[in-house]
Amino acid sequence: MTAPNTEATRSMRTPLARVRNLGASHSGTSDFWRQRLTAVAMVLLMVPVIVVVMMLLGRNQAGAAQILGSPLVAIILLLFIIASAWHMKIGMQVVIEDYVQHETTKLVAVMANNFFSIAVALASIYAILKLSSGV
Amino acid sequence: MAGSMDSGLALRAPRNDERREKMVEFALPKNSRITGGTSWPKPAGATETREFKVYRWNPDDGKNPSVDTYFIDTHDCGPMVLDGLIWIKNNIDPTLTFRRSCREGVCGSCAMNIDGQNTLACTKSMHDVKDGAVKVNPLPHQPVVKDLVPDLTNFYAQYASIEPWLQTTTPTPQKEWRQSHADREKLDGLYECILCACCSTSCPSYWWNSDRYLGPAALLQANRWVKDSRDEATGERLDNLEDPFRLYRCHTILNCVKACPKGLNPAEAIAELKLKMVERQI
Repeated sequence: MTAPNTEATRSMRTPLARVRNLGASHSGTSDFWRQRLTAVAMVLLMVPVIVVVMMLLGRNQAGAAQILGSPLVAIILLLFIIASAWHMKIGMQVVIEDYVQHETTKLVAVMANNFFSIAVALASIYAILKLSSGV
Repeated sequence: MAGSMDSGLALRAPRNDERREKMVEFALPKNSRITGGTSWPKPAGATETREFKVYRWNPDDGKNPSVDTYFIDTHDCGPMVLDGLIWIKNNIDPTLTFRRSCREGVCGSCAMNIDGQNTLACTKSMHDVKDGAVKVNPLPHQPVVKDLVPDLTNFYAQYASIEPWLQTTTPTPQKEWRQSHADREKLDGLYECILCACCSTSCPSYWWNSDRYLGPAALLQANRWVKDSRDEATGERLDNLEDPFRLYRCHTILNCVKACPKGLNPAEAIAELKLKMVERQI
């Protein structure tokens, strides 16, 4: 029987060298922690946000601006937007790292994910602040 | 997704390309797709038989893998799936290739995918496979050497990379390194691992990223040394694991827990490692 024609037998690097590769990046824990932090924040903010959204239902812009004029309401919504956009960004990055293996494609996808999350977050924050301050 | 791996989805090419694909492979490469297979006649004179469908691939004949059908004489054969495979090798087809040694769940050699679940052929009773044929495949998503023998080179190298030995700076004592009963008990549920690779090869995250993700077996072993009260390299061990791919590819899918033939919990071991990572930062 011939030796199996696999990556392991073709490469001249030792298996251990391939596993060690570029070494540990000493990162990942902050994303892991922040994903849980934002998850807990969203759990706590969920009920007040639902209440605010139900209050906003069926109102015109002036009515909505009146409700959002309350600092408490505006801050609750802002916190929710920050927590969810951050959570979304980390979650999507994990999916990209899982499934996209080509290094350049992965880099572009992670970059696009960052741009999208920041844009969505800023657009939402801008809208809340605009309505809240009534300008 | 858990446990239902008998579709062949995850059986990987024996001759996969060196370069990384753009995306993870969801379909088998052309040369790994299962085509046909031999149906061997029932043993003459057998009053009761059991059907076995076994993955076959020969590196020397240039053909695609196939699934051969065998019938074993249950009155002439032990109760375990490994007994069935040995019976086939002795009585029907001596070319059937598989690893086995201790036949009692200690050596981890006969790990394979039986009835859609990674387990040890020697401790899996063929009577526990309820419906129809006993389907036997090699461990998923590893290069195949021949038939049911996977190439576990990468798996063993990952184990070596966690440096599975006691590391100390303090001069070695005259007698043994001392450890309290309570500290010794912390290694229960970890030291029993036999490195059969059932857990790692059942993990989808390991299928997609086994070149960078260490997998449940190596991480459980890493935790075994991180938790050992006698070891003085805990920080270095954690440093070596702190990486988005080496450790954080675990998404608590828990296939590892379901697959482990020794009843261990690699997912819990990985969670303990993550907790220690957070603990030393916050």
